[in-house]
Amino acid sequence: MTFPQHLSYTKTHEWIESLGGGSYRIGLTDYAQSALGDVVFVNLPEPGDTLAEGASFCDVESVKAVSDVYSPLSGAVSEINEVLLDSPERINQDCYAAWLIVATADAPGSDWLDAGAYSALAEAEANAH
Amino acid sequence: MGHATALYERHVKAGAKMAPYAGFMMPIQYPTGVIAEHTAVRTAAGLFDVSHMGVILAEGHDALAFLQRLICNDITDMAGGEVRYSPLLNENGGIIDDTLVGCLHPGLYGVIVNAANAEKDFAWMKRQRFGDTALYNISRDISILAVQGPRSETILKRLADTEDLPAKYYTFSSWISIAGTAAFVSRTGYTGEDGFEIYVSKHFVAGIWDALLESSRDCGLIPCGLGARDTLRMEAAMPLYGHELTEDITPIEAGLNRFVKMGKGDFIGRAALAAAGKPSRHRVGLKMTGRGIAREGCAIYAGNEPIGRVTSGTYLPTMGYPGALALIDATHRSAGTTVDVDIRGRRVAAEVVRLPFYNRFREITRANHLSDTPGEEAYTPAGH
Repeated sequence: MTFPQHLSYTKTHEWIESLGGGSYRIGLTDYAQSALGDVVFVNLPEPGDTLAEGASFCDVESVKAVSDVYSPLSGAVSEINEVLLDSPERINQDCYAAWLIVATADAPGSDWLDAGAYSALAEAEANAH
Repeated sequence: MGHATALYERHVKAGAKMAPYAGFMMPIQYPTGVIAEHTAVRTAAGLFDVSHMGVILAEGHDALAFLQRLICNDITDMAGGEVRYSPLLNENGGIIDDTLVGCLHPGLYGVIVNAANAEKDFAWMKRQRFGDTALYNISRDISILAVQGPRSETILKRLADTEDLPAKYYTFSSWISIAGTAAFVSRTGYTGEDGFEIYVSKHFVAGIWDALLESSRDCGLIPCGLGARDTLRMEAAMPLYGHELTEDITPIEAGLNRFVKMGKGDFIGRAALAAAGKPSRHRVGLKMTGRGIAREGCAIYAGNEPIGRVTSGTYLPTMGYPGALALIDATHRSAGTTVDVDIRGRRVAAEVVRLPFYNRFREITRANHLSDTPGEEAYTPAGH
């Protein structure tokens, strides 16, 4: 599993890329896509929807189950990745290219991890299963 | 944890995600993933460990009379080497389990039952037993493999003599040699494809598993888990016990009419079925037309009126859309009816469609080939 150094991560397995100017790109980590298995459906929010840190803003369906995706920050949705509506499998193919949304926020989230801390957490969870 | 099948170590070594199912630690999927495994079975072949399934033998001069009273299908005309699907009913006409009955000879029958129900079924059978009928639960001694997919026959022929293999769907061969090991092989399955199920002593199953994978990699044979088994049976609209079938659902409601022989003489549940008459609810197939995947338990509405619930729902990989099996008011059961499914608080549109979603004979016809097997057999909801 890979966890790029330039990204931030949440304990709920989202990655965040800071784009500057209070803009953040958000997606699912390699651990998340691997645990989900084949992703067959993504329900994205609408641009303009408000985001609350820690609250579900999107759901991702694999063959077997539906999983919530939690917002890493409080702010608003500025862009959604419409490609995923027709090609959800891209999350499995390249989870760091297949972003879910771009959000604007006044501040980053309160509990983000760097790549080192997140990979330790992901490894511990993988071993627990 | 649960019981390990004889192939547990092999599944773990192959990188399978293991999870408890019906008291057994079973492979849910291998690193290939559910969709690749599903596609392998539709286009080439897949190998499943289904050793969790139960096997109960009924033997004796009264075994046939006993089974005729126990199950709702009619097996009086069954000869050695034939297999028949039948529900097993309680006194209320509810389904205790769905089974495959194999006739070794009229005096010895093998009943294949669902893993989660094996103990319950065996206890029920012992309670109903009469006359010269001996019952043996040999579930823990037998391992079962399923080779499923259009290339199954080619694959089996590499490890067995062609004339030994069961030629017709729903037949089986006894004590034939597969990779040098004596086994029972039936032409049955739970995927909607041609295929075989191999019954063998748990002490020898690993050799057959290895031989199959080693000899048939070039055929595209890959190991498949319970995840793909579920999406495959869903597309073929085969019911799964605990979902489409329960002790509160009759075989008529579940759409299994052709396995209920009211005219064969008395059987357990017959009086209740006769008294119930036409059912007020029925199993249907739903194709999701809105965005979302209906899951088990989702409520179904016609306008604001609740009309039933989803019993199984998933994405159907071969069809390319999400589908569900559901139990709804019979007045809404005809194909083309539009309904709404409540998916986590959201109303999503769906359409009642004819079952099965996937029919291999229809696909073959579409591909402009001729089939010498009647299409009817594709509907047989045989398996677990």
